[in-house]
Amino acid sequence: MAVNATRTDEQVQTVSKRRTLARMFYYLLAYKKQVVAVLTIMLVSVVITLINPLIIQQAIDVYIAGEDWHGLKRLGIVAVLLNLTLVLLVKMRMYIMAKVSNEVLLTIREELYTHIQTLSFQFFDSRPTGKILARIIGDVNSLKEVLSNSVTTLIPDFITILSVVGIMFVKNWKLAAAALSSLPLMILGVAFVQSKSHIRWQIHRKKGSNMNAFVHEDLSGMYVVQSFGAEQETKQIFEELLQEHKDSFVDAVRYADAFGPIVDFCWGLGTMVLYFFGVNMILDGMLQVGTLIAFGTYISMFWRPVMNLSNFYNQLVTNIAGAERIFEILDTKPDLTDGETACEMPEITGAVSFRHVTFSYEKEKEVLKDVSFEIEPGQTVALIGPTGAGKSTIVNLICRFYDIQHGQVCIDGRDVKSVTIESLRSQMGIMTQDVFLFSGTIRENIRYGRLEASEEEIIRAAKAVHAHEFIMKMEKGYDTELKERGAGLSAGQRQLLAFARTMLSEPKILILDEATSSIDTHTELLVQKGIEALLKGRTSFVIAHRLSTIQNADRIFRVDNGGILELNSFEEIEK
Amino acid sequence: MKKISKYLLEKWYVYAFAIGCLVIKVSLDMLSPQITKRMIDDVIGKGQKEIFPMLLFGVFFIGVGRCVFGYLQEFTFDRVGSEIAMDIRRRLFDHIQSLSMRYFNNTNTGELMSRVKDDVDKIWGSLTYISMLLVEVIFHTSVILVCMYRLDRGLFLIPVIAMPMVALFAIMMEKKLGNVYEEISEENAALNTVAEENLAGVRTVKAFAREKFEIRKFLSHNKRYYELNMKQSKVLVRYQPLFQAITKLLPVIVIIFGGHRVIEGKITLGTLGAFVEYSMNIVWPMEMLGWLFNDFAAAVASNEKLKKIYRQYPEITEPKSPERLENVKGNITFEHVSLELDGHSILRDISFDLPAGKTLGIMGETGAGKTSVIHVLQRFYDVTGGKILLDGKDIRKLPLHQLRRSIALVMQDVFLFSDTVEENVRFGKRGEVLREEVVASLDCAEAKNFVERMESRYDTLIGERGVGLSGGQKQRISIARAIAKRAPILVLDDSTSALDMDTERQIQENLRNVTDVTKIIIGHRVSSVRDADEILILQDGKVAERGTHETLWEKKGIYYQTCQIQGEVI
Repeated sequence: MAVNATRTDEQVQTVSKRRTLARMFYYLLAYKKQVVAVLTIMLVSVVITLINPLIIQQAIDVYIAGEDWHGLKRLGIVAVLLNLTLVLLVKMRMYIMAKVSNEVLLTIREELYTHIQTLSFQFFDSRPTGKILARIIGDVNSLKEVLSNSVTTLIPDFITILSVVGIMFVKNWKLAAAALSSLPLMILGVAFVQSKSHIRWQIHRKKGSNMNAFVHEDLSGMYVVQSFGAEQETKQIFEELLQEHKDSFVDAVRYADAFGPIVDFCWGLGTMVLYFFGVNMILDGMLQVGTLIAFGTYISMFWRPVMNLSNFYNQLVTNIAGAERIFEILDTKPDLTDGETACEMPEITGAVSFRHVTFSYEKEKEVLKDVSFEIEPGQTVALIGPTGAGKSTIVNLICRFYDIQHGQVCIDGRDVKSVTIESLRSQMGIMTQDVFLFSGTIRENIRYGRLEASEEEIIRAAKAVHAHEFIMKMEKGYDTELKERGAGLSAGQRQLLAFARTMLSEPKILILDEATSSIDTHTELLVQKGIEALLKGRTSFVIAHRLSTIQNADRIFRVDNGGILELNSFEEIEK
Repeated sequence: MKKISKYLLEKWYVYAFAIGCLVIKVSLDMLSPQITKRMIDDVIGKGQKEIFPMLLFGVFFIGVGRCVFGYLQEFTFDRVGSEIAMDIRRRLFDHIQSLSMRYFNNTNTGELMSRVKDDVDKIWGSLTYISMLLVEVIFHTSVILVCMYRLDRGLFLIPVIAMPMVALFAIMMEKKLGNVYEEISEENAALNTVAEENLAGVRTVKAFAREKFEIRKFLSHNKRYYELNMKQSKVLVRYQPLFQAITKLLPVIVIIFGGHRVIEGKITLGTLGAFVEYSMNIVWPMEMLGWLFNDFAAAVASNEKLKKIYRQYPEITEPKSPERLENVKGNITFEHVSLELDGHSILRDISFDLPAGKTLGIMGETGAGKTSVIHVLQRFYDVTGGKILLDGKDIRKLPLHQLRRSIALVMQDVFLFSDTVEENVRFGKRGEVLREEVVASLDCAEAKNFVERMESRYDTLIGERGVGLSGGQKQRISIARAIAKRAPILVLDDSTSALDMDTERQIQENLRNVTDVTKIIIGHRVSSVRDADEILILQDGKVAERGTHETLWEKKGIYYQTCQIQGEVI
């Protein structure tokens, strides 16, 4: 598993831009009605906008020239009504489009988040949290403008451009060709700038992601940073990341800012060519002055939407990098899934067997080699051995946090792969060294073990692990709001709460991975008694280094060098 | 906090240059009808062929000019804006890092992240394209207004009435949007917080198979975020059409009243035509104004959020002229130290004297205040009674930096950065620790062997929080990190709990050989503290028992009982 560090750029898979775009706009397909409504509104608006000059012409040529004050007033009222209708239409269009684009964003973020929840540890282990967050929040937000502009800019502007080009060619194809002669140059220019800026926007997004990851890490480890007096150091790293982020932006806009100017240049060039041919044709008597003037108007009617489109395109290129990053996650197949024939795990009685299990986190580096053992229901198994030998790996495999390469892990004779992950894990209770508490009340945190648990059950669980005493000492008892990660509690107290949470879930198989390491010996003894009472006769696995913790184990396994060795008695450890 | 206006003033010449480019660009734009007019009137009408090439060149030149100055204007705005945004972010980060533990305990990581990232991004936008377009809109509109004024003062009254209305709507909208954006920014932070907590606690989520619960939790925030965004859209939908209405009706009204004036013979038809054209040219800037004010409101709301963080001051500060110790020897004295937090008594009347080079062991029940002793020693909280002396000097008089850097701490909760093993060990003294020292420290922490077995050895990347390493491996790297600091005081806060007994014993042995360092060892295992020169047993924040292993054994109290349970002998 390649780990991506905070300061290194992520590898984002490159797919063709067209596919990313198609995929982004695919979300709009769900809103066919709304899109059609918006397009209709836009069509009516365009018509009204086109009528406006006619009204003005009519007013000047007919009524004002004819000094018909009443006629002018009547026309004025019509114009006012027409334009108020237009405003109303704009209002409708804006509302519909805002709703559509916000809803698409809602959907994309929902899909992304739901998908991330299905991914396995391998995904989370290989990248900093801050980088995943950057995708869920920032990258999704970046799509908003693109989505709403796609309907309101793209299609109407294309229609305008096509109709103007059509009119020009019908009126005078030679002049039309002259006026549009700079178009190929513009397309080349825009394509060039696009190809340059796209990569740079991708880099810019990655730099932003690095920065986000670093901020996340720095905030999470603030205690370490301040304790080591390393503020200057982290500041320096942050400044480097900031500089990279800024430089990547400047590097990208150096190209991206050329979009408009290129269009401007070609606009000027086209106008020059138009006048050159136009004036010569007039002088040769092949053209009327009126036509040239009309063409002058058409050419700005042509270039303005082209300018809009190029702005939109620029925006698209800027933000497509965000879409790519979102779709990349959506395309990450969860490597741990319920098989098609997976069924619910029935209530577990607690027989666990490993049959020739071979497992590695990374290829070619086997953590477990051909490990086999059988545990009968109700047995307490102690796993000992040097750190890093694979003790935690064994319990991770029982919960199917990772899939093994060879062999079989069975619970009650069923392969863990043959049952649904949720039905399997919800019957397991795993307590690890790293305790994680959520922000929320103590009650909510314990209830996480079983969402439907009653108040009595919560208190019973807390009493069993001797957390009740310290909870009651707090002013608000179970209603005490815990801060993020349980800040404000001691490490031991956090461990006790996590214990209560696990107890509440009434696991059929209990796994204690160094679960009592921060608890004092005296409390630990009490906790053990509490667990025994609550989980009588359940299979349990205990990883511990303190002999006191494992004194009561039925079986003791020594894990080392990828293998496993059963020790016959407690005394044997002493050697 | 450095005010935005101050940044703008500082960089006034850059902005002046960019605005200069903008003015040239817009002016060139206004020139082009003149050239068209001369082409038709002079070249075609009067047959002055000799000026034709010049005029053609003029058209081309305008295109090139617009291109060059347009580019310069945009690029300059983008560049200076990004520089200012970078500085805002840098200062914000700096300020956040200076805040005290209590602040971080009460503030969610996800929230602070969204301040540093998303809120600064919003301000960034206001410094680049928003300010640029705003200037362009204002300049463009002013030019047109001047032209209108010169054409006819009577008709000029119409835009004079219309403009303040536009301004009024803009201000009203900005105010309404400001409130919504305030909420959006808040919800953005909440979204970040929920997602951050979920990702950080992914192991717990998966262990309890609570994915669905987590998704529901997130979705309710996502939904709320959507609703707030719709609220913003609704405000925009209410006001934006008003701008449209004014700009669309302007030419119509001009025509009606202008027509009346023409009929009355006060102005010519030509003047009216020109006036109408000008009033149509005012359309896009006015429509743009609505969007600009929208984004501007977002930036203002974000800036308010930053101000809120700046209103937080570090609780723990050093005196104006701290008394620096020449060289820290490591004599620690607690004199009747007590600590109260939020009305709870955490430490009560703790006294001890730990001479340089000696070792203090601390044991005690969960929540008895063991770690708090370290917190007050490093001034994460200030004592509420008594005092702590380092080499005879009250630690509140020392430079904070010196105090903290003279204590190398191994924490209970190991936190490693996603960086290489080597950089992690170096952390805190990046520039100073040599590779050999890194290796020696890892060796001392019994980590050298497993690190060397890893594929890239010292350059192996460790995942966030040490993901990919076992608990014991993480602890050993964190011990090495503290040793590498060569600080006069070494504190091990329950930091061998995940180690097997052999390794623990070996590390203890290694540490014993590190003399001339004052050591504080907190632990639950008798084996880790029994060799200490003094052992304190804490209970409810007070010293319940104290002495050496032998004297405490004799006492047959708490310590003795613990020894019994753990099978320790004298």
